[in-house]
Amino acid sequence: MGQDNDNKGFFDRLKAGLAKTRKLLLTDVDDIILGSKEIDRALFEELEEALIVADVGPAFTGELIESLKEKVRRKELGSPEILRKVLRETMREILLKNEAPLKIPPDQIYTIMVVGVNGTGKTTTIGKLAHQLKGEGHEVMLVAADTFRAAAVEQLEAWAKRAEVPLIRQAPNADPAAVVYDALRSAKAGRPGVVIIDTAGRLHTKVNLMEELKKMRRIMGRELPGAPHEVLLVLDATTGQNAVVQARMFRDEIGVTGLILTKLDGTAKGGVVVRIARELNIPLRYIGVGEQVDDLRPFRAGEFVEALFAQNGR
Amino acid sequence: MFESLTDKLDGIFRKLKGRGSLDEENIQSALKEIRMALLEADVNFRVVRDFIEDIRKRAVGQEVFDSITPGQQVVKIVHDRLTELMGGVSSRLKFGSRFPAPIMLVGLQGCGKTTTAVKLARLVAAQGKRVYLVSADVYRPAAMEQLKVLGGKIGAGIFAAAGLQDPIEICVQAVEEARRNGYEVIVVDTAGRLAIDAQMMDELKRIKAQINPSEILFVADAMTGQDAVNVAGRFDEQLGIDGVIMTKMDGDARGGAALSLKAVIGKPIKFVGVGEKIEALEVFHPERMASRILGMGDVLTLVEKARATVDEKEARDLEKKIRKNEFTLDDFRNQLTQIRKMGSLQDILGMIPGMKKIKALKEMTPDEGELVKVTAIIDSMTAKERRNHLIIDGSRRKRIARGSGTQIQDVNRLLKNYTEMRKMMKRMTKGGIKSLRRGNFFF
Repeated sequence: MGQDNDNKGFFDRLKAGLAKTRKLLLTDVDDIILGSKEIDRALFEELEEALIVADVGPAFTGELIESLKEKVRRKELGSPEILRKVLRETMREILLKNEAPLKIPPDQIYTIMVVGVNGTGKTTTIGKLAHQLKGEGHEVMLVAADTFRAAAVEQLEAWAKRAEVPLIRQAPNADPAAVVYDALRSAKAGRPGVVIIDTAGRLHTKVNLMEELKKMRRIMGRELPGAPHEVLLVLDATTGQNAVVQARMFRDEIGVTGLILTKLDGTAKGGVVVRIARELNIPLRYIGVGEQVDDLRPFRAGEFVEALFAQNGR
Repeated sequence: MFESLTDKLDGIFRKLKGRGSLDEENIQSALKEIRMALLEADVNFRVVRDFIEDIRKRAVGQEVFDSITPGQQVVKIVHDRLTELMGGVSSRLKFGSRFPAPIMLVGLQGCGKTTTAVKLARLVAAQGKRVYLVSADVYRPAAMEQLKVLGGKIGAGIFAAAGLQDPIEICVQAVEEARRNGYEVIVVDTAGRLAIDAQMMDELKRIKAQINPSEILFVADAMTGQDAVNVAGRFDEQLGIDGVIMTKMDGDARGGAALSLKAVIGKPIKFVGVGEKIEALEVFHPERMASRILGMGDVLTLVEKARATVDEKEARDLEKKIRKNEFTLDDFRNQLTQIRKMGSLQDILGMIPGMKKIKALKEMTPDEGELVKVTAIIDSMTAKERRNHLIIDGSRRKRIARGSGTQIQDVNRLLKNYTEMRKMMKRMTKGGIKSLRRGNFFF
C-alpha cells in the first residue's frame, strides 16, 4: 500500500493529504481575498471567520486581523493580494521558528517517549515512526508502556510485526515504569538504536497520571543518562483550543521536546498549532496526514502554509 | 486569563448600574465578551453568531435591576438560553419492542467509542437488562480485543467474530446470536474513521440497514474544535443520529462542541463520559454544561461529589471529636483521604466559581504529591504517636522520616500544620461548628 505515491514528490503528497484542509480553510481565505476587489470591512470579517473556523483561536485571530487593519491604515497594504501574502507570511514565520525535524544521532541508544491525551493516535503514530526509522536503517525497538488501556499492547504488537521490530512488553496492568526499566536494560545489552516508548493516553488534568509519567522519566534518566532524549506530544488536529492547554501542561510537567499533529487528513484544520508555536515554542516534528505508513511526514512550515494557502484546483 | 465572564461583564456594566434598561448600545461590549468566551470554548463560529443575535434580542429592553449587577443579569440570560438550547429532552434510551434492541455507536477515531460502548452496556445492565456487545471494527489492530477485555469486566455477553472479516456480516450474526441467547439489548461498536471517508460511511449505512438500530448514538470528544459541526453534520446526514455522547468530560476542555452539535443535529446529548473507569458515564446536565462553556465552574457537580463521598455520620463523629479537642493525626489522615476520594484537588477547586480567577491557584493548592507524602508520614507513625502527637520527639521524627521515605523537615512541617489546625479548631468550636459539616474541609 502507498506505493502508488512513490512517484509523486513529497510536496504533492503533502498537498494531497492537506487537500481537505486547504479546501475548507485556505481556499476560503484565498477566495475571500482574491474574490474581492478592495479591502473593506466585509473582507476582514470573512477573514476572521476563516481563521477561527480553522481553530486558530479567537484572541489570536483578533490580533492577526488587528495588525492587518493597522497596516492597511498606515497604507502599507494596498490590495487584497498583498494582504494575503502578509497573512501567510506572518503565519509561516511563527511556524518556521518551531520547524525542527527529529534528528537521531547514530550509534547510540536514542530513547523517544510518546505522550498525549486519550485517542490522539499515539500508538498508530509510533507504528508509522518505527516503520520509517527502520526503513532509514535504524535499529528500532518498541516498548509497550501503555499497560492501562485494554488491548493497547496487542495494538502495538501488530504494528511491531508490521514494521518487523522487536517489542518489549509485560503483563497487562504492570507498572509502566517497570516496563521502561526492562526495556532500557535490554536496549543497553543489545545494539544501539532507537527505543520508542508508547505510554497510556491521559488527560493532562489527572495529576496522578502525570506523576506516573514523571516517574517513568526519572527511571529512564537513572538507567541511561540523557534519557528520554525526546518526549513527543501527540496532538489531534480535531482538538480545539484545549490543545494549547494540553501542550502547556505536558511541556511544563513532563518536558515535551517535540510535537506531532495527527489526523490532518480530515476536515479539521489544526490551526491551533500556530497558536501553540507562538505561545509555547515547542519544536514541531511531524504531521499525520493519513492512515498509510508513509503518511507521517516531517513538519515543514513553508510547505504547511503553502499547502494551506494553495489556490483552488491544484 | 482566569477572570470569569461574570467579572468581565460586571466591569463593562459598572457604569450603567441602575440606569433603566439594557439597550442595543450598552450591551454591545458585553455581547463581544460573550462571543469571545463562546469561541474560546470552541463553539462553532456560525453557531456563536446566531446565538449572540438571539441574546441581543432577549437582552435589549430588559430592565437593569438594582438587586443584581447587570453583568450577572446578562450572564443569567446567556446561561438560561444555553441551558434551554442544550437540554429540554429526556436522555432516556429508546429500546423499542424488538429483542435484542440494537444500539449503534458511531464517531471519529479516538473519540472513545469502544470505552463508551462498554460503559453504556454497563449502564443498561444496571437497569436490569441483559446486554450483548459486538465490535464491528475490523481495522484497528486489537480493537475487538479491547472490547472483549472491557466487556468481560462487566459480565456482558460478547460476540466472538472468529474468522469473520466483513463488519456487516459480523453485526448480522451478532444480532442473531444475541437473539438466540435471549439478550435484550445489543451495543454495536463500529470502526472509527474520518467523516469524509465515503467507504466508512457506506459501511455504517449498510450496518444500519441490516440491523435497524433502535438508537444511533454519535460519540464526540469534548475537546473537539470548530470541526465538530462538519463531522456531526456529515454523520447525521448519512445515518440519522438519535443522540450524542460527549466523552473526555473529565478534562478541562470547555466543551463548546456540545452546543455546536446540538445546533447541527438537533438531537439530545444523552450521556457524558467523565473518567477512565467503566462506571464513569453520567446523564447529561445542560445547566452544568452551560456553566462550563461560560467558564463559570461546576458547583452542582462538586456538591454532588461531596455528598457522595462524605459520610454524614463520619462528619458528625468528627464534629464531636473536634469539640472535645480530640482531633488526632488519624482523623487528620482520614480527612485527607476523603478529599482525595473526591478527585484531584485541582479538579475540585476548578469547580468552585471564582477559584479560577485566582492567579496563584497553583501555589495555593495543596499539591497531590504533598497529600501522598502526608499520608505516608502518618502511616509511618505508631498508633500511640497518632493518638498523641506530643510524644513525637526528635528521634521519633527521624524514624518516621526514614519509614515514610521523606525528610525530617517534612515531618516537622506536617506536625506544625497539624498543631495549627488543632488550634484553629479550638477557636472555631467557640465560634460555632456548623461550618465544619459536610464538605467543608480545612485546607
